[in-house]
Amino acid sequence: MIPGPFTYHRPSTVEEAVKLLGDLGDEARPLAGGHSLIPMMKLRLAVPEHLVDLQDIDGLSGIRDDGDTISIGAMTTQEDVLGSALLREKCPILPETSWLIADPQVRACGTVGGNVANGDPGNDMPALMQCLGATYVLQGTGGQRTVAARDYYQAAYFTAIEDGEILTEVRIPAPPAGHGWAYEKMKRKVGDYATAAAAVILTLSGGSCASASVALTNVGQTPIFVAAAGEALVGTAVDDAAINEAARQAREAAEPVADLRGPEDFRAHVAGVMVRRAVARARDRAR
Amino acid sequence: MSKTPVKLTVNGNPVEAEVEPRTLLIHFLREELGLTGPHIGCETSHCGACTVDMNGTSVKACTVFTVQANGADVLTVEGMAGADGSLHPLQEGFMAEHGLQCGYCTPGMILRAYRFLQENPNPSDEEIRWGISGNLCRCTGYQNIVKAIRYAADKMAAAGREAAE
Ligand SMILES: Cc1cc2nc3c(=O)[nH]c(=O)nc-3n(C[C@H](O)[C@H](O)[C@H](O)COP(=O)(O)OP(=O)(O)OC[C@H]3O[C@@H](n4cnc5c(N)ncnc54)[C@H](O)[C@@H]3O)c2cc1C
Ligand code: FES
Ligand code: FES
Repeated sequence: MIPGPFTYHRPSTVEEAVKLLGDLGDEARPLAGGHSLIPMMKLRLAVPEHLVDLQDIDGLSGIRDDGDTISIGAMTTQEDVLGSALLREKCPILPETSWLIADPQVRACGTVGGNVANGDPGNDMPALMQCLGATYVLQGTGGQRTVAARDYYQAAYFTAIEDGEILTEVRIPAPPAGHGWAYEKMKRKVGDYATAAAAVILTLSGGSCASASVALTNVGQTPIFVAAAGEALVGTAVDDAAINEAARQAREAAEPVADLRGPEDFRAHVAGVMVRRAVARARDRAR
Repeated sequence: MSKTPVKLTVNGNPVEAEVEPRTLLIHFLREELGLTGPHIGCETSHCGACTVDMNGTSVKACTVFTVQANGADVLTVEGMAGADGSLHPLQEGFMAEHGLQCGYCTPGMILRAYRFLQENPNPSDEEIRWGISGNLCRCTGYQNIVKAIRYAADKMAAAGREAAE
């Protein structure tokens, strides 16, 4: 299991990194925590000629409270997310999701930027970011642009990012105080990708659901934002009938492939079960 | 193949070498430095047998390029015992509580437990199990590994109390 040969670069500024990536074109890849890329390189599913390691770039990691927005630097690790008092208070679904990703060693290396930029349908953070309505900040030699998480994913490993760009930051609209949240993930063991998983954020007002957002992990080529599942909850008391309808919408939206985790029908069914559990838990947590 | 110079600290000793960028840290430690304590179990980032401490976190050395560790401070099981040869409380615990059978997973378990006990010096048994959830053991059934880590936590807490008095 020896990866193919490559040239290693370790720039210390974003400008230098995007210049390198721009000049080297599609033979070059950014390297963050390496915990998706190195396994792919060992299998020779990825054979980049150049790796541009982002670890020395100042200002690419850290979690910032910008009032209405929470900004997470691309190189922030899953371990950093788990240790963040700010996120536990203002956006607890993030650490809840990190805890369900891989194991302690992988979380020590794996970054939020790598998780969302990767484009692997198995990654847990893309659906979470779609649920939260997050935006990704992309930097290239030509400047900066933003892409909504809900528009970023095109197919497995195909995303809106262009060669020569790096993702520098994820911006999350801070969910309202008192919101309910849950990330529910079915997996066979620690370190497994989801059979299916669901992210849910909702708000209640006078016992009735005022807003709801639902997204699914690993039941399609991309994460799936299920607008109809959220709509099925809004205006209801989030009772069994509403939850069943949201779960039905999720099953309909799911397009899983059969793999070691089970046949298509089963995985779509599990997507529904995850939505049912996540909605019920989010409702019980909402104030 | 062109080589890249690296400088790092391994078990307190400065190390300088030239490596191919694709050299994984586990291969560098074992084959260049002769530190065969960290093992290769799966080579696919799952089993944790290759776990070492790097810059204050536990990492799977089969999933880190040596060039990424340039400038880093690395600790392997060879660096756990005191300068006088006295065993670390974790090493002692694995002996006292029979925390190993074949021993293949042990260096990784010890290095993971070493970092875990700094993050959480007084863990519950359940927290210990989550703490070592990235390390597989095919022999023990984990029960005695949990006891070994508990033993070390208790011993280190007692030593801390004594030092404070
Ligand atoms: C045993 C194991 C179990 C795992 N289980 C899970 C799981 O359950 N859920 C889950 O979500 N993940 C899981 N992972 C994957 C892990 O979370 C990875 O760390 C993550 O997918 C990628 O983040 P990284 O920082 O390691 O990125 P890397 O591996 O360094 O990069 C991944 C890809 O993204 C690109 N990239 C990285 N950073 C940027 C950036 N800032 N801008 C542009 N492109 C960038 C790279 O070029 C590469 O193509 C698992 C990994 C392992 C080894
Ligand atoms: S050899 Fe590194 S995790 Fe198994
Ligand atoms: S003692 Fe044999 S694998 Fe753990």
